[in-house]
Amino acid sequence: MSFFDGLKFRKVSSPIHNLDPRIKFIYVIAIFIIAIVFPQMLPLIILFLIQLPFVVLAKIKKQWIRSLRGAAFFAGFIFIINILTTFFYNDFTLTALNVENALAMTMRFVVLFESFSIFFLTTSSDHLGLAFEQSHVPYEFAFAFTTAVRFVPVLAEEAQTIMDAQKARGLELEKGNLLKRIRNYIPILIPLIVSAIRRSLELAEAMESRAWGAVKKRTNLYLLRLHKGDYILLGITILLMVVAIYVSFFVSIPLISDLLNPSVL
Amino acid sequence: MGQNGAGKTTFIKHFNGLLKPSLGTVRVNGVETTKTGVATLARNVGFVFQNPDNQLFSETVEDEIAFALKNFGFDKETIEKRVTWALDFLSLYQYRKTSPFLLSGGERKRVALASVLAWDPETLVLDEPTIGQDHEQKEKLRQFIIQLQAKKKTVIMVTHDVEFVAECNPRVILMRAGKIIANGPAKDILTTPKLLEESSLVLPQIAQVFTKLAHIGLPADIIDIDEAETAILSKAKEKKHP
Repeated sequence: MSFFDGLKFRKVSSPIHNLDPRIKFIYVIAIFIIAIVFPQMLPLIILFLIQLPFVVLAKIKKQWIRSLRGAAFFAGFIFIINILTTFFYNDFTLTALNVENALAMTMRFVVLFESFSIFFLTTSSDHLGLAFEQSHVPYEFAFAFTTAVRFVPVLAEEAQTIMDAQKARGLELEKGNLLKRIRNYIPILIPLIVSAIRRSLELAEAMESRAWGAVKKRTNLYLLRLHKGDYILLGITILLMVVAIYVSFFVSIPLISDLLNPSVL
Repeated sequence: MGQNGAGKTTFIKHFNGLLKPSLGTVRVNGVETTKTGVATLARNVGFVFQNPDNQLFSETVEDEIAFALKNFGFDKETIEKRVTWALDFLSLYQYRKTSPFLLSGGERKRVALASVLAWDPETLVLDEPTIGQDHEQKEKLRQFIIQLQAKKKTVIMVTHDVEFVAECNPRVILMRAGKIIANGPAKDILTTPKLLEESSLVLPQIAQVFTKLAHIGLPADIIDIDEAETAILSKAKEKKHP
């Protein structure tokens, strides 16, 4: 479950953790858009490197590397699928360009995952809920969202217990062909879904018994305010966007394979 | 037995290889658990989890019990025979076509137990079997443990329920902070207040009475109601005819 570990928030005090989640979210969306706009390898590598200082500043190196390791499986999958499809599409030939394109697709996924991982590793669900509320998202939605986020680790633990219980009854998850292996997960998914539904009903009852929604206008103990760091991040985001727009219109981006092969230039 | 977080569940999960030792070796019937899979070990060590909802998923109680038997590769005839036997044994026969999700908490717990008993493991591990059970169910469970003992099976149970343990009178292993702090007959351990206090347990009520009455010359190591009766009666006779 290392993939999910990489999205689990841990309370640490760092300049990145203290940033306003709204600005951080805008930053992640900006990275997202840039990564999708550029299909070339070079800008994607630059995007990847730009975010490394955030990881160091936020002191989340260990968790972040773990989450990337978890994502490596999917990244490998994307790479192989891309290579295979171009390979068959081009009558069983591969050029350096094909490989670079496949690598770029993989890199794009890594960049997306990287920025999401940084966001979730450094933003507590309380902070996020607060950001929603102050952005005038109805409280019901904000609450549903923060609750969902908070229940992820609980469900992960529950899934582990269920897996143990079924293994103790002789279930072998790794046995059989692909179809059988998928079917093997039924005895794990059903108890998990049933318990999630039970849990949500219990939560609803507990909330009602504590008068949830009794007051129409809620006030918050903590308020989000923009600080110096937030303006700096906003500045970085705007700068990135401007550079990205300029480059995409006026600069032709060289291929990595050409850079490595000077005779072409 | 032992306080919360003493490591009881962690310990018993080593018995069927759900957890592997990070240091040293664990042997089950002479086989190292690191060298075989859970499925192989589970054939001999049946493990009933605390919460039955962690394992129930089938459409009928019958299918639920047959699940493990199918996993272990029994033939159809044997499966049918074993399922019927397990249903009877835990008086669940009338529910065989019912969905396990429609049953009460106690019944679900029995279905979970039946689904493990069906493959007749040599050793049975029960994690907190008495939680949320009324007295009648507990008494049934006790009878059933006695029956298993008569069949020369090993039953290992994790529990906080001192009264239940006093009634069963087994060997007791006390744990604390990941270590075994005492190991002996229930009669000795459940009558040692210092040990029990260390494990946040309390003396069984009979033992409490006898500890208080120690000054009139009653023995302090009694946890069984029949033994208690005999001891009190003989003391009373002594008083009458000194």
